[in-house]
Amino acid sequence: MKILLSGNEAVARGCHESGLHVAAAYPGTPSTEILENLVQYPEIYCEWSPNEKVAFEVAMGASFEGARALTAMKHVGLNVAADPFMSVSLIGAPGGLIVVSADDPGMHSSQNEQDNRTYAKFAGYPCIEPSDSQESKDFIGTALDISAEYDVPVLFRMTTRVCHAKGVVILGEPRKVPVKGFRRDPQKFVVLPNHARVRHVWAMERLKNLRLLAESTSLNRIEKGNEIGVITCGISYQYVKEVFPEASVLKLGMGYPLPINKIRLFASTVKKLFVVEELEPFIEEQIKANSIVCEGKLHWTNLGEFSPETVERGFIDAGVIRKNVMIPVRESVMPRPPVFCPGCPHRGLYYALKKFNAVVATDIGCYTLSVYPPLEVGDTCVEMGASIGVAVGIAKARGSGKGIVATIGDSTFLHSGMTGLLNAVHDGSGITVILLDNRITAMTGGQFEPGTGKTLAGKPAKPVELARICAALGVERIKVVDTYNLKQTQEVIAGEIELDELSVIITNRPCALYPPEIRKRIRRPPFTVELAKCIGCHTCFKVSCPAIGESDQKTGKGLTKSHMDPSLCTGCSVCSQVCPVGAIVSTGKGRAP
Amino acid sequence: MMKQDILIVGVGGQGVLLASELLSSVAMEAGYDVKKSEVHGMAQRGGVVSSHVRLGERVYSPLIPEGRANVLLAFEQSEALRWIHFLRPDGAAIINSKKLVPPIALLKGKGPAYPEDPVGGIRKRISRVFVVPAESIARELENPRIENTVLLGTLSCFLEIPGSVWESVITRRVPKGTEDVNLRAFRSGIERGRHSDGTRGTDAHA
Repeated sequence: MKILLSGNEAVARGCHESGLHVAAAYPGTPSTEILENLVQYPEIYCEWSPNEKVAFEVAMGASFEGARALTAMKHVGLNVAADPFMSVSLIGAPGGLIVVSADDPGMHSSQNEQDNRTYAKFAGYPCIEPSDSQESKDFIGTALDISAEYDVPVLFRMTTRVCHAKGVVILGEPRKVPVKGFRRDPQKFVVLPNHARVRHVWAMERLKNLRLLAESTSLNRIEKGNEIGVITCGISYQYVKEVFPEASVLKLGMGYPLPINKIRLFASTVKKLFVVEELEPFIEEQIKANSIVCEGKLHWTNLGEFSPETVERGFIDAGVIRKNVMIPVRESVMPRPPVFCPGCPHRGLYYALKKFNAVVATDIGCYTLSVYPPLEVGDTCVEMGASIGVAVGIAKARGSGKGIVATIGDSTFLHSGMTGLLNAVHDGSGITVILLDNRITAMTGGQFEPGTGKTLAGKPAKPVELARICAALGVERIKVVDTYNLKQTQEVIAGEIELDELSVIITNRPCALYPPEIRKRIRRPPFTVELAKCIGCHTCFKVSCPAIGESDQKTGKGLTKSHMDPSLCTGCSVCSQVCPVGAIVSTGKGRAP
Repeated sequence: MMKQDILIVGVGGQGVLLASELLSSVAMEAGYDVKKSEVHGMAQRGGVVSSHVRLGERVYSPLIPEGRANVLLAFEQSEALRWIHFLRPDGAAIINSKKLVPPIALLKGKGPAYPEDPVGGIRKRISRVFVVPAESIARELENPRIENTVLLGTLSCFLEIPGSVWESVITRRVPKGTEDVNLRAFRSGIERGRHSDGTRGTDAHA
């Protein structure tokens, strides 16, 4: 049977076909859909873990039990999981362990574009890299087999384009694999120094065997063409085939360890050898270290995501394609910075916070968008959970926590913000922490977090309460605000940021979008603009809501009056609270916000 | 088997991804190799959305190279202008007459304004431009959610895929109870493609 699947959907299908038992992940674009699709197979245990490190450890534990396990994360998620990732190298993965790293060249939705193939070399793991959906499905099975056979975790490296592009996939039959069961072996599973030293020798031997495998595996294949040779991998392969179909190609499905003998042989059959790889010269440097002559980053940048154009221009630059490339002229059109959804609980918070000239260390989530105009609130954002530590650092250096704020979402707080708050309590910082508790991981498309009250499989779970966590960590000043009420929100913020004393303000409105059933629950009768009252001051535009726009009417002074799109307005009332003349009113009857 | 590259663009929340999903399914059922790729911005709403759909005997790159798309299908006027450099000079632009002004462009002095006449700008570059008042057609059919289906109808005039495949996929993929109104929307979209040009592809529906 043939169906259309994205790379992520294909990975899930491939796991089903190759007997996976356990999968754990923390959501992160572009990896999120892997778990979302795996959960449809009842034979596979799936969970959203609070962060990538925990997810990794759950999958690792399952593999110790002799089960086939997978953990999936975005590239920067592997930084969070790097500790177990590196250390388990000396233990191995008896049942089979796949670590999907979904890298984001071009930073479509990430803070950096690190090339995680480097991690495979760092830890001594095979790096398997699909270049389309069919390979995503097929390679995951191969990766699981290699992992179990060689007792090694496999880094399954994907990129945004492979994760999200859809292609035709021919399905296979599911197979069942037994769970082998845990066998006590402290020399292997307990990495005390004296054990680990012995295991390091073992791991080096394993790497030698993996090098032999790289030479023979069908993951690495040669497609004979003309006298120009191209070594490529991942999505770059597709662009090479698109723009230079005549070339001879060595496609590496296994990017680490490299099949050096195969590469040497391939090099000897071509006149000139190129390496086309996105981001870092990972393959190129290793080839050169083996004294094989090739050109790569000389013609293709290590910045950003490739496209057919960038790959073609590189070949033109190298003088192997002769072509006059006409670069079509782009039109300059105003940007459309992403904005908070209608009814988003973050809007009121940041609108209120803007009034105070505070230093705001913000964090990773939808609320990072508050940095864009017109709200323009938020001064730093680094990585998951950084906001609290950064705010503490600024306050310590300044000598006071007055006017220093950390804003962090519920999912990010539970991911890696709690320890920062513990530190703020312990070391006596006077900052204000604002916890935006919308009870969902919204930015990645609405995944449940421990406060949602549901597991990934939809089963009820005890929701954690952020106020109780904060209290348990030792926070004494804890306030709860309703961000649909601007006056109250402003008053509470004013009271807290004036003090050099640690406090936590928790916003309690749920996400306006997720879970889907919430949309009906939060929806109130839409507001409307009474055109007779509107004075065209455009104050309502400053809340940056997609539901508010310009009407076709003007005031006496020629100012455009506002218009409310009733199909978008959720009735949150924030804009009505900023209107100086009370022109924005509810179409419902006598409703308090 | 004709190679066809279609770029579908619009604003987050307009249903661009749903439309490209439908087109891809239609193409696959018609026997094509298909690849579809898109980048969605960070927010769920209001950002720029573009989806590349490529059909052919064998498709490699999921991205259409600039200047090579056969059809640009825009759900919004200024988005058509933003992506026009992807269209071949002899390609066709199908443009929903709708304008969506981003909140930031409303605030004077905060950023560049909405383009004055996007369609005019496009006509200066290419000749095959089809403006479809999908919003008013949807209003006539009393269902604001079927703008996409109208536009897919117009798009179908430019692809060599039998109308029967389109209609069977639409019937299966739209929400239950809306099959009829979607088919009517699809057919009125076809009318727009026929009336304005009719030089290519239209006979696929004969």
